Amino acid sequence: MSAGNGIEVERLVHQYRKGPRAVDGIDLEVRPGEIYGFLGPNGAGKSTTVHILTTLLPPTSGRARVGGYDVVREGPKVRRLIGVALQEAALDPLLTGRDHLRLQATLQGVPKPERRRRAEELLERVGLAEAADRKVAGYSGGMKRRLDLALALVHRPRILFLDEPTTGLDPQSRNALWEEVARLRREEGVTVFLTTQYLEEADVLADRVGIIDHGRIVAEGTPAALKAEIGRPSVHAIPRREEDRERIAAFLARFGEPLATTRDVAVRLRDGLGLADIVRAVDANGLDIVDLELRQPSLDDVFLAKTGRTLEGAAEEAKAEAAAAHGS
Amino acid sequence: MSALPQVAAIARRSLVRTARQPASVIPPLVFPVALMTVNAAGLEPSTHLAGFPTDSFLAFALAVPFVQGALFSTMNAGTDLARDIQTGFVNRLSLTALRDWALLCGQLAGVVALGLVQALFYLAVGAVAGVHLAAGLPGVLVLLAYAALISLAFGALGAFLAFRTGSGEAIQALFPALFVFLFISSMNAPRDLIAVDWFRVAATLNPVSYMLECVRSLIVAGWDPQALALGFGFALALAVVALPLASHALRTRLTRT
Repeated sequence: MSAGNGIEVERLVHQYRKGPRAVDGIDLEVRPGEIYGFLGPNGAGKSTTVHILTTLLPPTSGRARVGGYDVVREGPKVRRLIGVALQEAALDPLLTGRDHLRLQATLQGVPKPERRRRAEELLERVGLAEAADRKVAGYSGGMKRRLDLALALVHRPRILFLDEPTTGLDPQSRNALWEEVARLRREEGVTVFLTTQYLEEADVLADRVGIIDHGRIVAEGTPAALKAEIGRPSVHAIPRREEDRERIAAFLARFGEPLATTRDVAVRLRDGLGLADIVRAVDANGLDIVDLELRQPSLDDVFLAKTGRTLEGAAEEAKAEAAAAHGS
Repeated sequence: MSALPQVAAIARRSLVRTARQPASVIPPLVFPVALMTVNAAGLEPSTHLAGFPTDSFLAFALAVPFVQGALFSTMNAGTDLARDIQTGFVNRLSLTALRDWALLCGQLAGVVALGLVQALFYLAVGAVAGVHLAAGLPGVLVLLAYAALISLAFGALGAFLAFRTGSGEAIQALFPALFVFLFISSMNAPRDLIAVDWFRVAATLNPVSYMLECVRSLIVAGWDPQALALGFGFALALAVVALPLASHALRTRLTRT
């Protein structure tokens, strides 16, 4: 059992009554003070896992302990030590930012003399001091996300759950949120469980990443280790004319195994080959290519290697499945 | 941690929300008074009927806004909670140390506070229009207590429906149905003066008649123990039924472990 700020999950399953098995026997461990990135496309089971770990949803089977407490039998103890920002920043449009913080601080049992000071401190930290007395209805998406984060932090939680915290944010707001999450870990030793569908987010922020697809963890490790598993770089070419696509794909296939991509033609290079080899061969064969790029393995490559699909493709698939389910 | 600050915080939120939505404040104040004014203007001659308890129809009709205002409480409490469920705000509350019953109590405390504001407004309108309260100042206090009780009872009914259905539309659909109870009651005439048999029987079976007669007795008659007992009894019965139902529906809705 991981004491303190850790999270331990064993064979966790959640089966919706009239739906799929959203979480299908996952095992994971988040170490105290770690940022754990839970990466996967929409519908992969990320949010269901967060709902179970934050005591909002009982699992069908399996076991999960957060901060040393069982999420089923010791829900109130778990809630006391976690902060949560769910996917939809559920805020009351009629309340101001300050109203929200005051309400949250009271409900979380923050002592009265400390409430005002804590609210001011958090408003300042998330850059909402000037907008604190404006109704939330007038906040932008980024401001709502920042307020949501402040609310999750009001009682100084030891473990923070962030469910897709940057979805829909502009790059500036996203970077500000990343900085704050990194600071929380660095300066306050907060353990962070972060779900995301953005590779870059997991790559930049997370100490370790778990990749989930169809309710199962298909890979887990540090971003560097996962990418190293894939090993070889890939070459991506964009044909000048669409009709040349197949010819170029066949040509590049001589240098490695073809990759399923939507925008370009790509191969994972065989050992010992480099970009220079490809450039020389392309020139020698007079192929008309607009752009040729060598890419080091990314987490998307890891996802592709483990599931046979790109993250983008998996997201499209999830959308189609959801649409079909609605239609039926 | 004491639950009292939690109840107070939820009640404060309920009041702040209501105060910031003119559409929630104005209709419960204006519509009942407007209906009473129209009825009083049109039905004033009925005070000449033998056995009519007062010579002022306005005094007779002043009871109606109290009950009608409480019906608005059902809708306000219900739609507010249903919205919280739909937007995920209830999940946010669930993730705090908030006790289940503190959420219900806080929400209902806000509804009761609004009910008291409404009651004071109706009494003020009646006083300005020249209605004299037969039960005097103690009667005002009893009226306020009754307004609080029926706001609580109808508010609990709204909360139950919200937690059960999670749908603001369902609450709003119920509102006209509740109004039927108001109209098939002794709203516009004492029961013994209703000439149509089926209507008189329906009004006699309808608990809303006794709620109206409880308020009316304090305004036009003074102290009528039977009317007070029946009025308080039916309101209390509704509260006793609705509160546990709301509490159970809340526990079912909050699936937190």
